[in-house]
Amino acid sequence: MSEKNLFGLAAEFETQDELFRAAEKAFAEGYRKMDGFAPFPIEGLADALGKKNRVPLMVLLGGIIGGAGAYYMQWYANVISFPINIGGRPMHSWPSFIPITFELTVLCAALTAFFGALATSGLPRPYHPMFNLPDFARASQDRFFLCIETRDPAFDPAKTREFLQSLHPLQVAEVPK
Amino acid sequence: MNSPKQPPVTDRYSPSLSRLGYPTNLFACEQTFETVNETIGSVVLQDRQPRPWWIGFIVAFALLMVFFFAVAWLLIRGVGIWGINIPVAWGFAIVNFVWWIGIAHAGTFISAILLLMFQHWRTAINRFAEAMTLFAVACAGLFPLLHLGRPWVFYWILPYPDTMGMWPQFRSPLVWDVFAVGTYFTVSLLFWFLGLIPDLATVRDRARKNWQKKFYGVLALGWRNSAAHWQRHQIAYLLLAGLATPLVLSVHSVVSLDFAVAQVPGWHSTMFPPYFVAGAIYSGFAMVLTIVIPVRKVYRLENLITLRHFNNMANVMLVTGLIVAYGYFIEAFMSWYSGDIFDQYMMTNRVFGPYGWVFWALMFFNVVVPQSLWSARIRRNPLTLFLVAFSINIGMWLERFVIVITSLHRDFVPSSWGMFFPTVWDWATLFGSIGLFLTLLFLFIRFLPMIAISESRELVAEPQKAMTT
Repeated sequence: MSEKNLFGLAAEFETQDELFRAAEKAFAEGYRKMDGFAPFPIEGLADALGKKNRVPLMVLLGGIIGGAGAYYMQWYANVISFPINIGGRPMHSWPSFIPITFELTVLCAALTAFFGALATSGLPRPYHPMFNLPDFARASQDRFFLCIETRDPAFDPAKTREFLQSLHPLQVAEVPK
Repeated sequence: MNSPKQPPVTDRYSPSLSRLGYPTNLFACEQTFETVNETIGSVVLQDRQPRPWWIGFIVAFALLMVFFFAVAWLLIRGVGIWGINIPVAWGFAIVNFVWWIGIAHAGTFISAILLLMFQHWRTAINRFAEAMTLFAVACAGLFPLLHLGRPWVFYWILPYPDTMGMWPQFRSPLVWDVFAVGTYFTVSLLFWFLGLIPDLATVRDRARKNWQKKFYGVLALGWRNSAAHWQRHQIAYLLLAGLATPLVLSVHSVVSLDFAVAQVPGWHSTMFPPYFVAGAIYSGFAMVLTIVIPVRKVYRLENLITLRHFNNMANVMLVTGLIVAYGYFIEAFMSWYSGDIFDQYMMTNRVFGPYGWVFWALMFFNVVVPQSLWSARIRRNPLTLFLVAFSINIGMWLERFVIVITSLHRDFVPSSWGMFFPTVWDWATLFGSIGLFLTLLFLFIRFLPMIAISESRELVAEPQKAMTT
């Protein structure tokens, strides 16, 4: 297959430890545009592959915006826009604004967590070249894959294949675009 | 019904026990990635469903039709078809609302709080409990809406710049309720669906039929099991669990403030929030058991949902049940100790008044029967545990009846006292809502993986996690 039609080279492993070691070696070898695939989360694998995670920061900001917005909304509505005197209580009776402030903090943070995790993962994305790999369905079952992409500057069809073979995988397969 | 590939069923498997009497293994027999995928995945991918599924679904669907009928009549005639009037204006709608929202709480408790506490035994039941949460919140949310009188203008309670130039009164617990229940439903939905995505991908990869590949393929959103996906998925899941934990405590607290902020004797109490939260978890675990025990039997999931799960859930019920019983005691004590004549009369009326028999039934179902959970034999026998859980479901509904109706029907001035008698439409809406709940649950069992597949695989890969007691 010509390099133009190639998405990357994928090595298939039988255990998570083999995949983890392979990921560490590939990173040490200088590969960056790569990804590992496993039927369950493997602690530290994403770090070993050099993947950054911005979801926690996004969630913090989402929560702050939600909380501040909720308090401002209540203060504006019940103090400025539509003040009603109930039993002579102060207009800005902040304790009764706390429950909704809390609820909307949680709501905005949760929406950010969900959509942030999807967006930073590039989902939803119904089609992806990885699905062309014949055995790829087993990534959700009992196989572990490491794929080095052709767009990695260090990628070289022959050398990368040789490198992946040196990790003793079950097989190395081409992933067509 | 019988799939030849299924692992051997060990119904009478006796777990090895640790010195404290805990079973030592999470999964009842040797499981591999393949047996986990097969046992859970085959339920949704096989064409024929077991006969009990059909029977249950037909009954549930019939009840759902009753619900639609009752709601349609309600929309035509108005809330006057219910037994509510002054002084008991809240009636069944609020009893059912609090009952359903309480049931919902176990799902979040099992998924979020047990996740944060590294209780890996939750894996076999958490997805199921989350689905239960979602459907119970949906049922709960309908009741205050139907009780509005003009449900089609429910959006007036939401803050939006309307042409009337008005805003909701944010100091009112009823408005807090809208935000609490709305947030709870949304967060439960996100948490449930986020956890479901990798499992939908597993089912997609195992699907052989075209419609199944498309259906699960679309729902899986293109999940590839990549390390980057897992990294973001795991942190988002953990953060959602961390957010859901205070949320679940806040929701029933806010619901209890609907009562506690009012001045009615029997409602006006600072004890309500913790007492309601404990009762919510109690009733929720009872509902999980009521549903999981038959489902486990029908789908032969004895290898995944083991007696240890039952034992742990029964222990949670015992503890929360004792907190609730303590709540009943303190309620009675405080009404006497307050020296307030209206509070004292409320308690006498609750126990010996016209609705006294409801109170004693509540004591029987909610306090006396659950004491049998002290016995390990009852905790580890699915049939007896099912009966106890069922009793708690009834008991918790009666508790809300006692709180709402006996407090309202005789408050301060004897001239304004009155009685509440439910009509056939009250009952139709209650049982109909159970039909709505069960219909959604049966569809969930049929079409979505009811046990967290990827988390189960994780336990297979790292068996030491499953051993933690």
